[in-house]
Amino acid sequence: MPKVLVDWLYVAVFAVAGAVMAALPLVVVWLLAPRADLPQKTLTYESGVVPFGQAWAQFNVRYYLFALVFVIFDVEVIYLYPWAVVFRQLGALAFVEMLLFLLILIVGLAYAWRKGALEWV
Amino acid sequence: MAWVIEALKAVGLTVAVFTFLAVVGAMLGVYLERKISGWIQARLGPKHVGPQGLLQTVADTVKLLQKEHITPRHADVLIFNAAPVVVAVAALLDWVVIPFGTLGDRVLVVRDLNIGVLYFAAMASLTVLGILSGGWASNNKYALLGALRSASQMVSYEIPLALGIIWVALAAGTLSTVGIVEAQVRQGGWFLVRLPDPVGWWGAPLGLLAALTFLAAATAEVNRVPFDLPEAESELIAGYFAEYTGMRFALFQLGEYGEMFAMAALASVLFFGGWAEPRLQPWMWVGVALAALAVAVVIVATGRARNLVVRPLLILSLLGAALAAVMAWGVGAGRTPVLPSVAWFAIKLFALVFFLMWMRWTYPRLRLDQLLALSWKVLIPVGLANLLVTGLVLTVAGR
Amino acid sequence: MGELAVFIILAMVTLIPAAVVVTSRHLVRAALSLVPTFLGVTGLYVLLHAEFVAGIQVLIYAGAITVLILFVIMLTEGGTGVRTRQITDQVPLGAMAAVWLAFVVLAVTLRTPWRTQPGAAPSYGVAAVGTAFLTDYVLVFEVTSLVLLVSLIGAIVIARRES
Repeated sequence: MPKVLVDWLYVAVFAVAGAVMAALPLVVVWLLAPRADLPQKTLTYESGVVPFGQAWAQFNVRYYLFALVFVIFDVEVIYLYPWAVVFRQLGALAFVEMLLFLLILIVGLAYAWRKGALEWV
Repeated sequence: MAWVIEALKAVGLTVAVFTFLAVVGAMLGVYLERKISGWIQARLGPKHVGPQGLLQTVADTVKLLQKEHITPRHADVLIFNAAPVVVAVAALLDWVVIPFGTLGDRVLVVRDLNIGVLYFAAMASLTVLGILSGGWASNNKYALLGALRSASQMVSYEIPLALGIIWVALAAGTLSTVGIVEAQVRQGGWFLVRLPDPVGWWGAPLGLLAALTFLAAATAEVNRVPFDLPEAESELIAGYFAEYTGMRFALFQLGEYGEMFAMAALASVLFFGGWAEPRLQPWMWVGVALAALAVAVVIVATGRARNLVVRPLLILSLLGAALAAVMAWGVGAGRTPVLPSVAWFAIKLFALVFFLMWMRWTYPRLRLDQLLALSWKVLIPVGLANLLVTGLVLTVAGR
Repeated sequence: MGELAVFIILAMVTLIPAAVVVTSRHLVRAALSLVPTFLGVTGLYVLLHAEFVAGIQVLIYAGAITVLILFVIMLTEGGTGVRTRQITDQVPLGAMAAVWLAFVVLAVTLRTPWRTQPGAAPSYGVAAVGTAFLTDYVLVFEVTSLVLLVSLIGAIVIARRES
């Protein structure tokens, strides 16, 4: 079997077996722990008062803006991984190419900065 | 059937690594956290269960096992239950690529993936899903607010974290964790202070800067002070896991501490030579030992040995002096390596974990706007600039 | 044989949550169901020995895009608690579009003369991807950064107008 497939077989087993192992204590609790139903017990905590309204309120658009900028930079960073690996073999050419790539994106970061997209108000 | 054998081996390793995480990461980690915070705040910390309170977290675990699971009213039951499992599994998956040491010619690592550090970054990014969905499913305003804060913090700091990782990949020319450690062994110095020849030790400032970026981002990724706003006990009553009780709460803790230990282990692999023993001359080791001893002597001479705040420093300096003395003796006697590689991995891991805990109990919490500004306006520009400068230096020096 | 079995399992891991994404009336559940779908696709990439792409799939899609979608849901007014209707008067139009798309995809798949080669699949390792980007496909590589720049500016312009 090729190494890649064996590698990821381990990853898959880790994910599945790990989930089972993580869920095991929950089963133990289900068997061991006491259960008593009181209507007050399932109330959520809200500084000691009875919660009003629902928790699922509307949230600030700021969170979304940061997530958007993050996704774009995450994609950019992805391009840096292969560059870093082959950089030493390709030498000066690779450096100039990445310089160009990064400068364009640094313009983007500067724009976001100027426009106050990185500001939390 | 080759794959059946491999799968069975994988199951065995899963059990081993999970147990390691539960015992060393969560139980010992929580104990150390409480003990170190006690030292720093001039308290004693846990003391009554077992010698020096060592069994305190074992007792706590047994207690948590007996606690009732309370699912809050109108919560999304399925997502509410799945979230802690996701967080724990994400922390577990990180450990697939962490090398623990060597045994003969073999490297002790679950699998040495070709994309090792990229895999680590990918798996670490899954934690945010568990936190966000857990906080949302709780139907609690504090929990949702904490989850949203946590998510925006974690995604903001994923970029500088990746930039630190890429800096090392640039120096090592590989993404494999084992390859990165071997590259440091080959060039005879940690990436913290040394770049590949012909740059050599002149690369130290760049390496230190990259390590600083990485450690700051890693601290924020695991939601620790000074970056612990998502949990902020005093304002958000523990944030995203406010409504979690008993073992589900323990799973969140397991995930958090497993992640912290994984980050410390990755930092040791990237910047501190992983399992490899530092190669210093005997006189250098003697110097290190004397310096550590001098610190201890000053503490004792000024009569602060019984001062609770200073005592951890005294213990640490004595331990460091002892280690350096053993190394000086071993290297002088011509023994290489002096200590087994697994011991070095453990020393570096716990030193970094101690560092993270020290930070947590020393610094105050940042505000959300300061936190995001630090990532986007300081760490990311610095990380990008550092990459470009390092690339330039390697290119020019390579001519 | 073994590979086919793995492929079928992965296809199920991809498709069943995908069906939940479309049919669930619960917005957050639908968004979270995307995660197993993305992970199933990761498995398919691994099966093709495209390890680097598999890593990206987890990092970008499962770790970043899903978070973005969840944020979008949470910033809309009352978006998270409510259950949306699944059946609207757009169903016939949607069905037509879906059938047409399925037809096109099937037709293209069946009519393409796929090049097949004996032996193991080529390895798309990270070094191969990097070399390709920096030598043969350098123009594509640089244009990508422009695309990213445009999307960043566009995102900021739209988001700022909203707020």
